[in-house]
Amino acid sequence: MAAAMALVRGVRFGSYSIGRSRSLIFNSLQRRGIAACVDPSIGLTDEQKEFQKVAFDFAANEMAPHMAEWDQKEIFPVEAMRKAAQLGFGGIYVNPDVGGSGLSRLDTSIIFEALSTGCVSTTAYISIHNMCAWMIDTFGNNEQREKFCPDLCSMQKFASYCLTEPGSGSDAASLLTSAKLQGDHYILNGSKAFISGGGDTDVYVVMCRTGEKGPKGISCVVVEKGTAGLSFGKKEKKVGWNSQPTRAVIFEDCAVPVTNRLGAEGEGFSIAMKGLNGGRINIASCSLGAAHASVLLARDHMCVRKQFGETLSNSQFLQFKLAEMATKLVASRLLVRQAAVALQEGRPDAVSLCSMAKLFVTDECFAICNQALQIHGGYGYLKDYAVQQYVRDIRVHQILEGTNEVMRMIIARSLLTES
Amino acid sequence: MSARVLVGVKRVIDYAVKIRVKPDRTGVVTDGVKHSMNPFCEIAVEEAVKLKEKKLVKEVVAVSCGPQQVQETIRTALAMGADRGIHVEVSGKDYETLGPLQVSKIFAALAKKEQADLIILGKQAIDDDCNQTGQMTAALLDWPQGTFASEVTLEADKLKVVREIDGGLETIKINLPAVVTADLRLNTPRYATLPNIMKAKKKKITNVKPADLGVDVSSRLEVLKVEKLKEAGRI
Repeated sequence: MAAAMALVRGVRFGSYSIGRSRSLIFNSLQRRGIAACVDPSIGLTDEQKEFQKVAFDFAANEMAPHMAEWDQKEIFPVEAMRKAAQLGFGGIYVNPDVGGSGLSRLDTSIIFEALSTGCVSTTAYISIHNMCAWMIDTFGNNEQREKFCPDLCSMQKFASYCLTEPGSGSDAASLLTSAKLQGDHYILNGSKAFISGGGDTDVYVVMCRTGEKGPKGISCVVVEKGTAGLSFGKKEKKVGWNSQPTRAVIFEDCAVPVTNRLGAEGEGFSIAMKGLNGGRINIASCSLGAAHASVLLARDHMCVRKQFGETLSNSQFLQFKLAEMATKLVASRLLVRQAAVALQEGRPDAVSLCSMAKLFVTDECFAICNQALQIHGGYGYLKDYAVQQYVRDIRVHQILEGTNEVMRMIIARSLLTES
Repeated sequence: MSARVLVGVKRVIDYAVKIRVKPDRTGVVTDGVKHSMNPFCEIAVEEAVKLKEKKLVKEVVAVSCGPQQVQETIRTALAMGADRGIHVEVSGKDYETLGPLQVSKIFAALAKKEQADLIILGKQAIDDDCNQTGQMTAALLDWPQGTFASEVTLEADKLKVVREIDGGLETIKINLPAVVTADLRLNTPRYATLPNIMKAKKKKITNVKPADLGVDVSSRLEVLKVEKLKEAGRI
């Protein structure tokens, strides 16, 4: 083999390593294989294992080698995401007749969990994009679906979800962005805050007030970039999620055709919430991927780092810590997958289960990644090591798509209200 | 072009797995270990599918020999673009001792049965590193062979193959039907897309037994022992 290595120097790629298209060297996740107890492919159908394999391969080859650079240079990786879209990741649960892949919520969760091991921030954005594409696919009429969905599924165009405002976060129904009907246009005035992709994306799914106060006065309109009166705030500087730009989205007498309204007037809040149910599963799935990666990184580090004359893997305290991390990872995975199935089947417990999954999984997975960082010791704090990026990137999952406090509100309400 | 291509795909232990030798030293642990398609077989499938996309061949048939589990490997080939699959059922002791000679006899028989014009195989499998099946298959069929291919061009019924050899690159022209074995730089295998994975479910895999092909799979080799090297080999 060494002789062959010397002699192929003249040939194109110059290094004899199986899978030269696979960046083995940088991806320690794949090097040692996966212990059965935390194997994410257990219990899946053959087809789901295939989906998962593609997502893991894509994450390892196209995302993981760049994840640090995308974070440090704050690059929005358009090309990588378009490659993902070519594989069908642009509209995973969107109908095939408009370019989607038509898969289930569970398939989607499995895919995002795997992609997230390559880069949480980028995968989280892809999930938001998917959520928007689904909303147009599900609540739009045929003209709207055909106008927007194909480009979104191929990621020829990118989407943003605009609900939060400076004055209304958890209290989303109190949003103020107004949409006054004038002839065949709505004139939008107001601003949205913390919009993922804002300024770099092309299609904005905006919740705005067309009617009275409260949720029933809210409608959902699609605003295209370039519309007069649409502008953006400065790019926010964030602790994580740096591969997606976050900006305020500002409407000043922005005229949007009435034909861009999804569903009827007053249905906007319900559309937004239904989008979020799936979004919560997706975000929880992203947290899962980060935690999975972190558990493997922690385990590998423990097998290598020596102190007091032996590897850290001989320390009972750390063995127990690792066991706890693995247990919480598997418990989280089961809850997310159950919630995905419940949502797919339209079960009565779906909304609560999605909230429970988001609450439990984002909290537990953050604790797992944080613990993994601790296990790395001083090295865990260096940006040369991936574990700190997983920690920074998933911290926000406990806040957005409905804070974990709001998740508790939803669950409590379902427990205390007899239907 | 009405050519039919047979592509061999072998299910092997995944390249990333840490190999462990069985305590009785008769082989390596395969139970519960992650398996996937041999990387060189992936390159072979990719080449066949590319030929089909260029409309130079009509049908790509993926073939694998082994127990029930090899159907996963055939499905991966189908998801990459192969049209149908053939599962040659070999299991138990026969599978443990299955080697290049038996597999090449199977391929030779299938090539005649399916009237294949081209057989593309990976140059070697990453578990046994034999690098024999392609060459033996060509010999049994008395077909020309283009091994260690880093470039393959189909021109009418001739094949131009650029081979990676010790001295550099050698270009040969061989007549069809022929056997080609894929080397590392032949192409970069595509990812299966989600829609193709779903379409693959509907593609047919036919089962066939070696006896039906008139092939005796008993081995003439006996493995005496399998040991782990004490230290990574150094030259």
